[in-house]
Amino acid sequence: MMGSTIVEIRSLTKRFGKLTAVDAMNLDIQEGEIFGLLGPNGAGKTTTISMLSTTLAPTSGKALVARHDVVREQDAVRGAIGIVFQGQSLDTELTAYENLDFHARLYAVGDKETRIKEMLELVGLHKNRDTLVKNFSGGMKRRLEIARGLLHKPKVLFLDEPTLGLDPQTRRHIWEYVKRINREDGVTILLTTHYMEEADYLCGGVAIIDYGRIISLDEPQKLKSRLGETVLDFHVSDADAFCGLLKKNKCKTKKSAVGGRVQVVSSDGEELLPKLVSLAERNGVQVKGVSMHSSTLEDVFMQLTGRTIRDEAGNEKETLRQRFRAMEAKR
Amino acid sequence: MRGVYTIWLRETLRFVRNKSRLVGSMGMPLFFLLFMGTGIGSVIGDSAGGGYTQFMAPGVLGMMLLFGSVFSGLNVVFDKQFGFMKEMLVAPISREAIVLGKALGGATAAMLQAVILLALVYAFGVLEFNVVSLALLIPVMFLISVGFVCVGVAFASKLDDPHGFQLIMNFLIMPLFFLSTAFFPLDNLPPWLKTLSLLDPLTYGVDAMRSILVGQAAFPLWVDVAVLAGFSTLAVLVGARLFKDMKL
Ligand SMILES: Nc1ncnc2c1ncn2[C@@H]1O[C@H](COP(=O)(O)OP(=O)(O)OP(=O)(O)O)[C@@H](O)[C@H]1O
Ligand SMILES: [Mg+2]
Repeated sequence: MMGSTIVEIRSLTKRFGKLTAVDAMNLDIQEGEIFGLLGPNGAGKTTTISMLSTTLAPTSGKALVARHDVVREQDAVRGAIGIVFQGQSLDTELTAYENLDFHARLYAVGDKETRIKEMLELVGLHKNRDTLVKNFSGGMKRRLEIARGLLHKPKVLFLDEPTLGLDPQTRRHIWEYVKRINREDGVTILLTTHYMEEADYLCGGVAIIDYGRIISLDEPQKLKSRLGETVLDFHVSDADAFCGLLKKNKCKTKKSAVGGRVQVVSSDGEELLPKLVSLAERNGVQVKGVSMHSSTLEDVFMQLTGRTIRDEAGNEKETLRQRFRAMEAKR
Repeated sequence: MRGVYTIWLRETLRFVRNKSRLVGSMGMPLFFLLFMGTGIGSVIGDSAGGGYTQFMAPGVLGMMLLFGSVFSGLNVVFDKQFGFMKEMLVAPISREAIVLGKALGGATAAMLQAVILLALVYAFGVLEFNVVSLALLIPVMFLISVGFVCVGVAFASKLDDPHGFQLIMNFLIMPLFFLSTAFFPLDNLPPWLKTLSLLDPLTYGVDAMRSILVGQAAFPLWVDVAVLAGFSTLAVLVGARLFKDMKL
């Protein structure tokens, strides 16, 4: 049944006191796709996943997962989903095998020994089957969590920041598993991330969310092409003056300023670059540096919100979390 | 059912694996028996036929069950803190099954500890008992521990900090233990103390065990068992209720 809607979100809202973490969200996810929720810290990604996975009651609105209502048919939803949580969720006092065995029993997985073996092999942990999880590295734990999320053959798999805090190589590996299970088993995947390249590499569709609202929804390619082919990053002595000049000269550009940096987006960056440099020099704006690259989802986010996704106030939280992960990894 | 068994299995596996907890938990009751029993016994003389130590032994058994049970609520706090609770909460099993599995797992652990203590007490010749008394004792110990595990789970559902949990539990456990007639009989207590003791569920547990093991009791065994059964049922219901409302 490729192409039918498997996650249906309608006016889904969650308030914590005065704070609206998820704000009247609407979203459809098709069966068999890898869909990305992309947004900075505190955007409401985890809150959305928690509501979809029945662990948090929505304030209002509704959501169907695998055609079951997440409030009224919790058991049916729980049986149909797998989830890899943002934070650690393994029993570190048990071995890898025992963690999977526990899961297989909870979900009444048929032929569990074979399935556990398969999953351990998929994530390359079969040699560590009987090691206590507390002796695992952060990456190994993450891989085990993914194996566990898939063990009972869910229809929909939620991955909440699956590669946060992992080294690039492990991240690559995890991307490969994700692609493979999607391709081979047809599992629909909803993943959240604030790594642009992750969404770009994995996802067929991306919703960019900020302050609990979807501010843009499309395929990564289209989001990027809507923006323009190339992005010029200027570092100038006077960003305001430079922006004024760009406006006056009616360049077909979009811009946003962060400190002395101005981003110009265009479809013909190569021709534009020298023109803009001389324009700036003529008007007494000093160009300290320019770089040109083909546009990424990161740039899309910048254009939509005027901020880069990484230099958020939430960074403090991020650092703490990474430290926590490091601590956990040692434990 | 499947859920209850799975949760029980994990609790038990973790308990059996944690040898230091098992050995450590034996310390306090044995010290109580050995030092307090001998010490106080030497002051009050042979009050109850078999001596004070014998009078105290069921009380210390009760202490073992109380401590072991209530602190298994700590597992719930740790499960929340280390994220494993999420794994249980998204599984297709009911919240009741989780609480029941936890209660049975905690009770199994507490009873294992108590049985080991009992064997030690027997080996030291403090108590003598036979298969019949053991068969009576097991269900009584079960009711005591299920009840107090659920008290622990109820508090654990509301508390996120392991240290806070331990502090609060100590506040709760100490009076329950001292009021339970573990150290003194109910008969000659001043009314205020007697009233408090009568309100303590552990009193009936200790009384039941004393009547089985030593043959002394304040109440008929069936009264003790009825009160314990009522207490355990209530504790399971309250524990399940609070667990359901738990915020992660
Ligand atoms: N239980 C809660 N009580 C109060 N506020 C909460 C709670 N959970 C989340 N929030 C708030 O809701 C907002 C959205 O949080 P959420 O965890 O969904 O963000 P996120 O997109 O997952 O961010 P991150 O990238 O940091 O994981 C944040 O402002 C957060 O502080
Ligand atoms: Mg999150």
